Amino acid sequence: MSAPAPSMFTPAAAAMAEKLGLKKGRANLEEFADTLLELARADRNIVAVTSDSRGSGKLAPFGQTLPKQIVEVGIAEQNLVGITAGLAAAGKKAFGVSPSCFLTARSLEQIKNDVCYSNVPSVLVGISSGVSYGALGSTHHSLHDLAVLRAIHNLTIVVPADAVETRAAISFAAQATKPVFVRFGKAPMYALHANDVRIDIGSAVTLRDGRDVAFLATGETVVHALLAAAQLADQGVSARVVSFHTVKPLDTAAVLAAGQDCRAIITVEEHSVHGGFGEACASALLQAGVTPRFKIVGFPDEDTVTGAQADLFRHYGISMEGLAASARDLLKSK
Amino acid sequence: MTDHELALKAIALRKRMLRLIHAAGAGHTGGGLSCIDILNTLYNRVLRISPETVDDPQRDRYVQSKGHCVEALYAVMADRGYFPDADLDTVCHFRSPYVGHPTRKIHGIEMNTGALGHGLPICLGMALAGKMDSASFRVFTLLGDGELAEGSNWEAAMAASHHQLDNLVAILDHNTLQITGRTRDVMSNEPLDEKWRAFGWEVRSIDGHNYPQLVEALSALPQHGKPLLIIANTVKGKGVSFMENVAKWHHGVPSEAELARAIAELDAAELALKEAVA
Repeated sequence: MSAPAPSMFTPAAAAMAEKLGLKKGRANLEEFADTLLELARADRNIVAVTSDSRGSGKLAPFGQTLPKQIVEVGIAEQNLVGITAGLAAAGKKAFGVSPSCFLTARSLEQIKNDVCYSNVPSVLVGISSGVSYGALGSTHHSLHDLAVLRAIHNLTIVVPADAVETRAAISFAAQATKPVFVRFGKAPMYALHANDVRIDIGSAVTLRDGRDVAFLATGETVVHALLAAAQLADQGVSARVVSFHTVKPLDTAAVLAAGQDCRAIITVEEHSVHGGFGEACASALLQAGVTPRFKIVGFPDEDTVTGAQADLFRHYGISMEGLAASARDLLKSK
Repeated sequence: MTDHELALKAIALRKRMLRLIHAAGAGHTGGGLSCIDILNTLYNRVLRISPETVDDPQRDRYVQSKGHCVEALYAVMADRGYFPDADLDTVCHFRSPYVGHPTRKIHGIEMNTGALGHGLPICLGMALAGKMDSASFRVFTLLGDGELAEGSNWEAAMAASHHQLDNLVAILDHNTLQITGRTRDVMSNEPLDEKWRAFGWEVRSIDGHNYPQLVEALSALPQHGKPLLIIANTVKGKGVSFMENVAKWHHGVPSEAELARAIAELDAAELALKEAVA
């Protein structure tokens, strides 16, 4: 038996979540697997492609239920992406599912050429992304994927924060006529949205309004920003929280509105501080001449510390306490 | 089209390809000349596809993995009526859709290729889709022998036999030369037949410039639930004496004088071929 993973939340953060009425939801990974199975049952044209990853992708039930709609390629990510592209070119709605660390590095050229440049409606699903495999070392981290994929034309990039956003992302991808990349982790997330809320890919969602500081966050960091905003409110600081489930195309209007309405912006992402969501926001703000105080919270350019995802989030300040402290410091700065 | 007519057409296609490379000021001359007989056979005798059926879900698919030899493909497709021959005057020009590697912007081209080692995995996906739908279409790809150093080919080779893709045909343009020199000196890959058989493929070796052999091999679907590799033994620069087996013609562009010499040789070959039949 391995030791249980440490909680993503300190007792204080868990208490704050309870105070906000947040309920523990499902892991985005589980929601993805259930959604894909549900969609594939209704649409026999949907195909999952796995690289010995059906266990890690929670797709074993998919394989048992729809054995003719799953293709196993073995541990061969380049082949996985090429096959996914070929299936899509021949009319299938193909979902290539593989750990994001391998999918977006080893097979980057296949993503660039076979999927995006050839413009086939493939879906690439990066599982256990960011530091979901934090203790396994940098081979298994994907802190580069948003940066490299942002620079490739013709790819929608979605990083859902909770089950509702995950379901919306997968449903969108199943209907998309162009390439889509979705990445998420495997830890249970708090439910941030009501089940019936409408999520439009490309449009950020404001979870909490505020005027002093805005947390623009993406993926599994969003909940920490929400908790930080609540803690700041107790200290008299008004903080906005916006969930950017779509990293590309970026909802520039939501970024600029935050920059115009608030004195400071903090972007939060489970990714390198280089080339990711934060720099995309900085670029949008600067080019529009909007210059609030600004900080990117993510993983710094260093030999990444290893440990459970929760440990790494806390270490790098992606936590209620860390983000609230960042906000206070930024608002105090000159 | 008879084998003789194919052979005659091959000479016209070689001339067209050389002229367009000369006009473009860029292109892959040697490999184009080594694979053009294969393409001529595919498009004029084998592929169940026409300019009118490029969107037919049941069409055969052809993906050119050795995308750099696109000039040979352009010449064959223009001749077949996929687009006007005059379009070829724009190859590699500013904003021309006729870029130096295949793209789907061109009517009838299935996938964007050019980076090596990509065609075979893509074709596996297409062949798998065909199997899932119990479709009758076949999937063909053209590989270069230098290209086989790319590991992705071997991932795909393994998976194709694992999935018993007998609707898949890979043709190897085995001209034994690549940009640096002899393939066996750059990265030896023989014995190719044994390697592919060991990966579970049906393997056939033919003379890649012999039309009866090309037609026969490319028309026979693989058997026994196996994908088929056709090792087409070819000559880089085939058909122009001073280009044959000379690595520098990998992407050499003929000068005005070289073009004239090449055309004269091909004219003579055409005359001889016509006289042989007469």
